[in-house]
Amino acid sequence: MDIGIAIDRDVCIGAGQCALAAPGVFTQDDDGYGTLLPDHARGGDDPMLRVAARACPVGAVTVTEHAT
Amino acid sequence: MTETPLTRSPADRPPESGRSAFRRPGPGLPAPERPASTGSAPEPPASGLTASGPPPAASPVVPPSVAPPVAPAVPAIAFPQDRTCPYHPPAAYAPLREGRPLARISLFDGRDVWVVTGQGAARELLADPRLSSDRTLPAFPSTTERFAATRNRRVALLGLDDPEHHVQRRMLVPSFTLKRIAALRPGIQETVDRLLDRMARQGPPAELVNDFALPVPSMVICALLGVPYGDHDFFEAQSRRLLRGPDAADIEDARDRLDSYFGSLIEREEKHPGDGLLGELVRDQLREGRVDREELVSLATILLVAGHETTANMISLGAFTLLGHPERLAELRAEPALMPAAVEELLRFLSIADGLLRVAVQDVEIAGTTIREGEGVVFSTSVINRDERAFPEPDTLDWRRPVRHHVAFGFGIHQCLGQNLARAEMEIALRSLFDRFPGLRLAVPADTVPFKPGDTIQGMLELPVTW
Repeated sequence: MDIGIAIDRDVCIGAGQCALAAPGVFTQDDDGYGTLLPDHARGGDDPMLRVAARACPVGAVTVTEHAT
Repeated sequence: MTETPLTRSPADRPPESGRSAFRRPGPGLPAPERPASTGSAPEPPASGLTASGPPPAASPVVPPSVAPPVAPAVPAIAFPQDRTCPYHPPAAYAPLREGRPLARISLFDGRDVWVVTGQGAARELLADPRLSSDRTLPAFPSTTERFAATRNRRVALLGLDDPEHHVQRRMLVPSFTLKRIAALRPGIQETVDRLLDRMARQGPPAELVNDFALPVPSMVICALLGVPYGDHDFFEAQSRRLLRGPDAADIEDARDRLDSYFGSLIEREEKHPGDGLLGELVRDQLREGRVDREELVSLATILLVAGHETTANMISLGAFTLLGHPERLAELRAEPALMPAAVEELLRFLSIADGLLRVAVQDVEIAGTTIREGEGVVFSTSVINRDERAFPEPDTLDWRRPVRHHVAFGFGIHQCLGQNLARAEMEIALRSLFDRFPGLRLAVPADTVPFKPGDTIQGMLELPVTW
């Protein structure tokens, strides 16, 4: 299973909810934008990944799944 | 902070006869929900308010021609109302829980508007750009007379829609990132410890609101902004008037005083920019022409007021709630790692900012109902955060709830900018308070402790404790 994670920077309001919910996958850059940690590839099996996406107040985080 | 609900006391409500849906608005009052000239139907009856009636979601759409020209059989519930217990939603809101996710409420000016009561619908609607936060729009709902009288004045950040809002938010976000807040923790701990030391020296007893709950966030936001804490008597008093002043003139005066206070602080920062956020904004935004002075004053006022009032209320009401739930407090003491989860649960449970306001600027379909353009929408966070579909056994405090998608900080573009600062302050303040005074208890019977009326941010007025 391939997991795709995308953050829409135009929409992000810097609430930090993604990084708060799944600190193993997301972080916030100095401007407050949610970003993926460099080794986020392993985030695919983070159980909090979907919680993080759902926690985003503006729907800036999308998680897609496709069979490999 | 979250959007400030400026609501009013039911005591000031006009008599029942003044609440007809067909009453003509007086000068200064919002336009009627749906002008007669459009020929559209009156609001559907709030059938969801009766336990036996169908929920609004299942209500058939009534064509205008057959719409009964009578008021709904079940009158809309008056909003806001005072809480009966400081940590539970007002008992009178119970019917709102029967008809989730939408119901009707009646405001002080006789206007009936939508109230959102379901967690799913609340998240969807708070994130919907068709609901505006622009309080200067004529159809914007007012939950208090003082809000109605002052909402002609534009308010930065929480009173703006995108794209204007996004520009301001982006300016401030770098100062409120998780990293920046983590860096503030040692300073917050120092502030908390200093205040607890003073309490220990001077007591027992102590009055927890003024001795602890208010000074903690007040000192923290001053340090963050670069506002001299020595002025706290002044700005705390003005904040109180702004949120709970007796009338519109008083609120206007408080706002004028805060405006001129920040005007001179900003002038000072222009000459010698300090290290605080205010100095940063002057240096990076005002001097570069990205923000004007008036906007900056409005932003600074909001940051200061929201930055201390809300958190102070969470600390005082949180402490009162923990004292009323000794088993939950014992769990926290036995397992301090539960503290972040406990803060999250207290945020949900207490929902101190109850009554976020919006107006529909386009028709919005939600749960089989249409919120029409021009209709007012109120989000009752205390009811939403007790939605049993999202939070099983919602009236129970439970530190181990799996996921917490509560709306205590709002949702959508206006979700509280300072939420992570607030979390840090609450965690440190509550943990340190109960660590320092293991025998902390109320100094008076619980049912005599005064708390705030329903028309403002909820919290304790006083909290006499001993140990």
